[in-house]
Amino acid sequence: MKILVPVKRVVDYNVKVRVKTDQSDVDLNNVKMALNPFCEIAVEEAVRLKEAGIATEVIVVSIGSILVQEQIRTALALGADRGIHINTEQKLDSIHVARLLSKIIEAEQPTLTILGKQSIDADNNQTAQMLAAITHYSQGTFASKVTIEADKVLVIREIDAGLQTIALTLPAIISADLRLNEPRYASLPNIMKAKRKSIEMLEASSLDVDLAPTFELLSVSAPVQRKGGVKLSSVAELVDKLKNEAKVI
Amino acid sequence: MSILVIAEYNAEMDLTSLRKSVKAAQLIGSNIDILLAGNDTSAFATAASHISGIHQVVVVEDSILSQPLAENHTLVIAKFSADYEHFIFAATSWGKNVAPRVAGTLNVAQFSDVIDIESADVFVRPIYAGNVIAKVKACCAKKVLTIRGTAFSEAELGDSAAEIKKVSLSDTNYSFDAGLSHFISEELSKSERPSITAASIIISGGRGMQNGANFSILERVADKLGAAIGASRAAVDAGFVSNDMQIGQTGKVVAPNLYIAVGISGAIQHLAGMKDSKIIVAINKDEEAPIFQIADYGLVGDLFDIMPELEAAL
Ligand SMILES: Cc1cc2nc3c(=O)[nH]c(=O)nc-3n(C[C@H](O)[C@H](O)[C@H](O)COP(=O)(O)OP(=O)(O)OC[C@H]3O[C@@H](n4cnc5c(N)ncnc54)[C@H](O)[C@@H]3O)c2cc1C
Repeated sequence: MKILVPVKRVVDYNVKVRVKTDQSDVDLNNVKMALNPFCEIAVEEAVRLKEAGIATEVIVVSIGSILVQEQIRTALALGADRGIHINTEQKLDSIHVARLLSKIIEAEQPTLTILGKQSIDADNNQTAQMLAAITHYSQGTFASKVTIEADKVLVIREIDAGLQTIALTLPAIISADLRLNEPRYASLPNIMKAKRKSIEMLEASSLDVDLAPTFELLSVSAPVQRKGGVKLSSVAELVDKLKNEAKVI
Repeated sequence: MSILVIAEYNAEMDLTSLRKSVKAAQLIGSNIDILLAGNDTSAFATAASHISGIHQVVVVEDSILSQPLAENHTLVIAKFSADYEHFIFAATSWGKNVAPRVAGTLNVAQFSDVIDIESADVFVRPIYAGNVIAKVKACCAKKVLTIRGTAFSEAELGDSAAEIKKVSLSDTNYSFDAGLSHFISEELSKSERPSITAASIIISGGRGMQNGANFSILERVADKLGAAIGASRAAVDAGFVSNDMQIGQTGKVVAPNLYIAVGISGAIQHLAGMKDSKIIVAINKDEEAPIFQIADYGLVGDLFDIMPELEAAL
């Protein structure tokens, strides 16, 4: 079985992003970029399925400028077999990404597509579900365990009230939650090996997909900052403050 | 211009997130319908019909819809989509699973975790773990939104009831079974305590708790305050407590009157889920911990000394 793993280049999770002074957008100049943490988990899951002899090939795909090839290489170093780069300088929304990815699914026919459940920049949590809708495939979102059983895949999902188990008909789309696995670190030999793996480049404009903007960004702003309060010296003082000043107990 | 608010059936008859979704819908327009899909939903439909400001409750019943599967529920919503311009879901795990599939089916964008609505097409939402607030103007003809519960109050309940319109599709060949997925089981966390999304006081433990058994120290204080128990990702990942207790960017978002963070450092991903709480208390032995920068009241010290003292003082 072939597994497709779409991955995204995002601001590193340790970076506290800032808003440009004219509030037109966030300032991403000289900011450290990385593979989205959830995408890393998706790659790891696919590689483990290959190591278990269930998957035969793991293909990573990323959309964006030439810079996203850096994240494709990272995924290749983690064990993916080959990469596809869909080249575009345009800002894309999840629905555009899903439309583009559906074209790759059409061409590659993967049995399983594993994505991260959300990217930590837009925090959308949409692409996997939209891709499943467009391809008419089943969806197993927020997965914390994935088990292949003959022509089905069992997915344990993280839901508000606990855990839910569903069975999906293959081909299926899965979105990875944080506890699906703990990604490995790429070893030096694997980083070297990844340099020789192939990355095919496609132009987004050649895929016959509507990429017209879905929204206009009117402004971005910093949220209202909480002011730090006071450090207290005793539990008695805390109880007194909560009762008589904040009046919350 | 009509608005469809999608209800999430629950046997507990909890209308909280539905009423918040209606409140958000009222900022868009006044022609609001609720869609309730499920099986044996009449008591819930009756309760929902008392939410003020709605035109009608559209009810679709089919045994397959008792399962909360996105593929099947999307078929129901898509069936009614021609009559509506806005589709509003609560940003619960169910809403987040279904709304983008609906948007994908309608081939339009979706706007997640909306915290304010300025007009029928201008929405405000947090990005970058809540470190940036974006205001966007939607271009699509149809708008699919999930709304964040902590940002909206609940629409009123009234004495008068809106019409309940049962739509029967049994005479048509329409099937709500997409045939793609099957529900197998659910393992729900049982707790006598209030749920973290409803509680007015939350006590959360982090890696500093050291193990799951030590959470009993928090529970004893929670018992005295009627509080819910939450956790950081580190505490959940270490297996101290179950995943549904995680608060943060990728867990639950809460905004109680009082949030007590115990042995939690205050990473931005955790703050994303709790920084709109009214009062924040931090208990941490490291006086440099970032959590103190946003806490109203801080106590520097060992939680294993402080928490029993707090229990005794209440
Ligand atoms: C993609 C992504 C998503 C994430 N999503 C979330 C999320 O939703 N929610 C979340 O919480 N995190 C999330 N995280 C993780 C986050 O970055 C932090 O790693 C996590 O919040 C740390 O948890 P913590 O504060 O419990 O642990 P630590 O950072 O290890 O802090 C433990 C604290 O306990 C204190 N302490 C230890 N012993 C004692 C004692 N005896 N008495 C008093 N204080 C003590 C220490 O001083 C320290 O400050 C995410 C990370 C990533 C990359």
